[in-house]
Amino acid sequence: MSAAATASLTLERVTEGEELPQLTHHVTATTVVLGALASRDWRPMHHDRDFAINRNGVKDIFINTPNNAAWFERYVTDWTGPRGRLGRMKFRMLEPVFPGDDMVISGRVTRVAVDDAGCGWVDLELAVSVDARVKTSCRARVALPRDASDNPWDRKNERWKP
Amino acid sequence: MVETDAGIPAAVQALIGVPQHAEETSFAIEMGYVYNTCAAVQNGNPLFWDEAVARDITHGWITPPTMMSVWFRPHYWVPGASGEKLALQLHFDLKQLFGMPEAIIAGHETVFGEPVRPGDRLRAHQVLRSVSEVKTTRVGTGRFWVIDLECFNQREEFVGRESYDCFGYRRESP
Repeated sequence: MSAAATASLTLERVTEGEELPQLTHHVTATTVVLGALASRDWRPMHHDRDFAINRNGVKDIFINTPNNAAWFERYVTDWTGPRGRLGRMKFRMLEPVFPGDDMVISGRVTRVAVDDAGCGWVDLELAVSVDARVKTSCRARVALPRDASDNPWDRKNERWKP
Repeated sequence: MVETDAGIPAAVQALIGVPQHAEETSFAIEMGYVYNTCAAVQNGNPLFWDEAVARDITHGWITPPTMMSVWFRPHYWVPGASGEKLALQLHFDLKQLFGMPEAIIAGHETVFGEPVRPGDRLRAHQVLRSVSEVKTTRVGTGRFWVIDLECFNQREEFVGRESYDCFGYRRESP
């Protein structure tokens, strides 16, 4: 286990208004199908192009909801490191993301706080955009260690208030 | 169907706040789907790939929190199955009770509790939280409703809650 593998952001290094590094991913049919099947979503609009076009009236198969959540989780924990622990996530899918899209995930810190149980929290506004148009908007709350000795994953019951 | 003053059928009002459709995961949680999910989004979080890191930080393997609903999705096919088993049955019950053939999930929120670990067996139930008055949106005329899916592990620890903001509707006639 290397130090790099366990390096994590701490709360004191985060400031409100801070922008997270953007993540860009070129979406293919494989991206969509792999994500749908990994999340056990067998509905045809996520793997059958004819169905998506002729029954759903959209231009192609599109990324499904659980996979959208998985992309946001990956984006947040890329930034926090493994000690970052998701507490809450709320998102709204405004328009589908299709094969051929260059999906850009972006984020901004809206609040940094410590709750009455001593847990450090960062609130984030996130978005998936294509051609600068927001396709999915998201608000997430992630717990960060307050210092090198803190570990949000050790919190349970009344010490974990997401 | 009996209608109340608020226009919400009695059969629907009786569902509000009452757990429905209790279910358990049909297989023990396992890492295979975790690797598929991480591969699908290129998630290199060492909690899911490096056992020493997982031991140090989370006291053993855990699964990605956003996979909670994945564990409850039915198999595409099982021996002896007849008809389609639906992932959020209460949503489809409401569509039928209201006679609204179309529906969209307008919003989705998840609260994460205890992490899910390989070998866990989870249970969940669905609760109707609210139903709106009849509204007209750009897709049609219908009602919004909120359904919570509440999830616990075999130690009765709270694992998480997913809230779905749904809109059931009928298409406007052309």
